[in-house]
Amino acid sequence: MKINNEFRMTIDSKSVNESFARATVAAFAAQLDPTVDEISDIKTAVSEAVTNCIVHAYPQSVGKIYIYAAIIDSDTVKVTVRDKGCGIIDIKQAMEPLFTTLGGERAGLGFAVMESFTDKVRVRSTVGKGTTVTMYKHISGRSNE
Amino acid sequence: MSVEIISTKDRVTAFLNGEIDHHTAAAIREEIDKAIAVNKPKMLKLDYSAVTFMDSSGVGLVMGRYRALQPYGGKITVANLSPSIYKVMRLAGIEKIAKITQSDND
Repeated sequence: MKINNEFRMTIDSKSVNESFARATVAAFAAQLDPTVDEISDIKTAVSEAVTNCIVHAYPQSVGKIYIYAAIIDSDTVKVTVRDKGCGIIDIKQAMEPLFTTLGGERAGLGFAVMESFTDKVRVRSTVGKGTTVTMYKHISGRSNE
Repeated sequence: MSVEIISTKDRVTAFLNGEIDHHTAAAIREEIDKAIAVNKPKMLKLDYSAVTFMDSSGVGLVMGRYRALQPYGGKITVANLSPSIYKVMRLAGIEKIAKITQSDND
């Protein structure tokens, strides 16, 4: 695995930053000349990961969200979204479609969307320490359409 | 993000505009729920023609309004979904609670 290019940023866990985070990662991924669908998939997956940090990791406070993105092997975007929040007690249960601890207006689809819209999702979490979500998305690019 | 609501007898149509995420969904929800409380519509139509982005918060928005209409049997239609919005809606199985249409007349 060769890293061709990478960037890091830290944002506050404020909901107004959701659009900033997904737009920034999408702009970084644009160097691989992705299709409209591929860009949309990346934006949606990043939006879910960042929203999870805001809603679940830091439910009562504002914490930091650490975002890392890299172009690897010249054709894949790797995105890591990390928080130092409350952590996930049961990752398997958290990743089940429609499971949500919040009810009401949350669909419980965050991880299902990440899994469906990227090629690979890895979740590591320690209760009380935080969660790291890593996603990989292969970009075929517009030239291959 | 903005929402324009047209209410007629038995029917509320909400034209959504911009990006729907966890941040913007709260304001949209508030506007639609105001119209629901006043009209108690038989039909709520959400029009996505001018929506440029939606994540699963948009699914929560539909599910929440479905529950709000349940007490008096109101129905929901989601109209004019872009391919990427359709993909999120389909993943959620939204067709079980809402009619999906691409037409302006339903």
